[in-house]
Amino acid sequence: MIYEASTIAVVVFLMFVAVTLALSFYLGSRAKSSQGYFAAHGQIHWFVNGMAFAGDYLSAASFLGICGMIAFYGYDGFLYSIGYLAGWIVALFVVAEPMKRLGKFTFADALDAKFDSRGIKLAAGISTLAVSVFYLIPQMVGAGVLIQPLLGFPHWAGVLLVGATVIFIVVTAGMVSTTWVQFLKGSLLVIFSAVLTLMILNRGFETAEGGADGHVFRTLGPFDAGLEPEQWPLPSDLQPATLSVLESATSGQRFVHVQPEGEAAATVWHVVARASGDVILRETQTVWAAADGTLLVNGQPKGTEKGEAELHPVGHLSRLPDGKKKTGPLGPLTFFSTLQESEVVLWAKDTIQTPNGDATTVYFQKPTAGSQVLRPGEHPRFRGIRSERFVDKLNFLSLMAALFCGTASLPHILIRYYTVKDEVSARKSTIVGIASIGFFYVLTLYLGLGAMTSGALDVTNSNMAAPLLAKSMNEWLFAIISAIAFTTVLGTVSGLILASAGAVSHDLITSAGIKLTDHEKVRVAKFASVAVGAVAIVLGILFKELNVSYLVGWAFSIAASANLPSLVMLLFWKGVTKQGITAAVIVGMVSSLGWILLSADTFTGVYGLSADAAVVPFSQPGIVTIPLGFATLVVVSWMTRRRNNSGT
Amino acid sequence: MQTRNARLGLVLFTVYLLLYGGFVMLNAFRPQIMETTPLAGINLAIWYGFGLIAAALILALAYGWLCRPSAGREDDA
Repeated sequence: MIYEASTIAVVVFLMFVAVTLALSFYLGSRAKSSQGYFAAHGQIHWFVNGMAFAGDYLSAASFLGICGMIAFYGYDGFLYSIGYLAGWIVALFVVAEPMKRLGKFTFADALDAKFDSRGIKLAAGISTLAVSVFYLIPQMVGAGVLIQPLLGFPHWAGVLLVGATVIFIVVTAGMVSTTWVQFLKGSLLVIFSAVLTLMILNRGFETAEGGADGHVFRTLGPFDAGLEPEQWPLPSDLQPATLSVLESATSGQRFVHVQPEGEAAATVWHVVARASGDVILRETQTVWAAADGTLLVNGQPKGTEKGEAELHPVGHLSRLPDGKKKTGPLGPLTFFSTLQESEVVLWAKDTIQTPNGDATTVYFQKPTAGSQVLRPGEHPRFRGIRSERFVDKLNFLSLMAALFCGTASLPHILIRYYTVKDEVSARKSTIVGIASIGFFYVLTLYLGLGAMTSGALDVTNSNMAAPLLAKSMNEWLFAIISAIAFTTVLGTVSGLILASAGAVSHDLITSAGIKLTDHEKVRVAKFASVAVGAVAIVLGILFKELNVSYLVGWAFSIAASANLPSLVMLLFWKGVTKQGITAAVIVGMVSSLGWILLSADTFTGVYGLSADAAVVPFSQPGIVTIPLGFATLVVVSWMTRRRNNSGT
Repeated sequence: MQTRNARLGLVLFTVYLLLYGGFVMLNAFRPQIMETTPLAGINLAIWYGFGLIAAALILALAYGWLCRPSAGREDDA
């Protein structure tokens, strides 16, 4: 059994939430003015702010999504780590000091510093809201995903709990409490990820035939490829039986459905034709949801009682170099060189129609060479790397460009520059941020690969890889890592809601021509926090099926396309006009959002349509829409400057 | 000081952009090179990836160190 309710986990989890809430309550008295509420009076120490950057930035997508992606596919998740970190270089070298110099509360302040234009405030406020909401959804989904196995609550309860806690944090003390929550969470995440990595290295690798529950995944055969399936000499426990060969419509993989006579449950086996000309059958795991809501796992009702079944935990090495069975403790480099020469059993997913016409999800083993696990281009999203089509390569380049340009354009990251006292502190805190975030991203490769070989993975849920890895070590670590993952969500969501609240109360209201007093501004921001929090809760429940890291990619693309061109050009080109900035933000935002909505990824993942029906040639917009934002800014500025000049 | 820092930032940014661009282009157009194991039995994909993270930190520290004298002068003034 993969999950079981754990008292320690519940206690540790509740302690984390209690400490977080108490901290917010305690700090609440310090943030009465808008300067205190939005920017913590600019009094946060640069080191605390640097760790808070880590707490803000290392979201559920980083921790859960990247570890899960590496655990299921290998190296590819690490490409996200590299791209996410590279973005900080743009933040440090280009954006940090001018942001601090020009702005006061929000990112729109910096854009608008020279112009005092309502158009810029409106456009930048809307773009902040759009990016924040896209970033919020996966965080909320991540919270639901975590809390389900941890506390046994349904998905919606997890989302609601996060939403309510965060609204409390943000409403009580704004940026002050948000910063300290993020500082705590960033520090804990980095420290415990390092502890977990040391434990992975100390444990080393071991070969096995199944996961941590001791179940051995069977292999039958080899059989003569010329025989009909009915003639295969199956073992006695599978005979007599009715055999049906099923082929997946999507992947072309062949499976055989074995229905023994009598009471025994039906099983599905993956048919593997070997180079030697014979055929072997590998045991699969199946999940089938009946129309009445009952769930059949491996042919039996889901449950832990007799006659019921649970999915087996997975993730094992089938071969180590030199025929070894166990390596003992490994160094940080021998960890990779050993894996490079080994063979790992990964799991793939497919859908087949069983003989009675039901669609069943099949999870099947895919023994994969270590050298293949450690190379880029295995995950479907990165298949462009190995594709012959130029368009697929463009898609990869586009994603890497969006990750590079996106970080320095994320509103919730940018507002953190206002919490320190001056430009030197802004710079120092970014360097602390890069050090802690970079260190964490190095660890993600160890954590992901450690989870891949931990025997503890849930084939249905890649997002749980990191907590389950901790569980394979010990119960306390599982409790702590799960609680940290949960505070990860809290920290990031607080930052996002605060950025959105700032955009509403500071940018949108001002752009509408309404003047607010300091006190009113804070009150509007608090109402806006509750409203955005409520929207995030609803969306987090609606989008629960989406992969956590998928939507974060959207947010990066939109942020990079809408915000970066204006930020950069404002700093390096004197010819920028207010119309140019407004147009660039709007065009960048609308074009990237439109591109995403018309892409093959969205057609298949959200609308459930065929990828061929997609309108745009590849899914990632960045490589087109970021330059489009720059071009719009230059052209509109050029046109309006001439008009302005001729008018005066 | 602002101009000097900004210029320094742009130089370091360009250095990193070339390193990152090289990584992305190699992956996109010569992925088989990433599979080679140049050192210690570890492939280039891992070496280059770790190298990019280390380079980010080194450049960031260099920037912080090089900026400091001017900031100090400004504080003194």
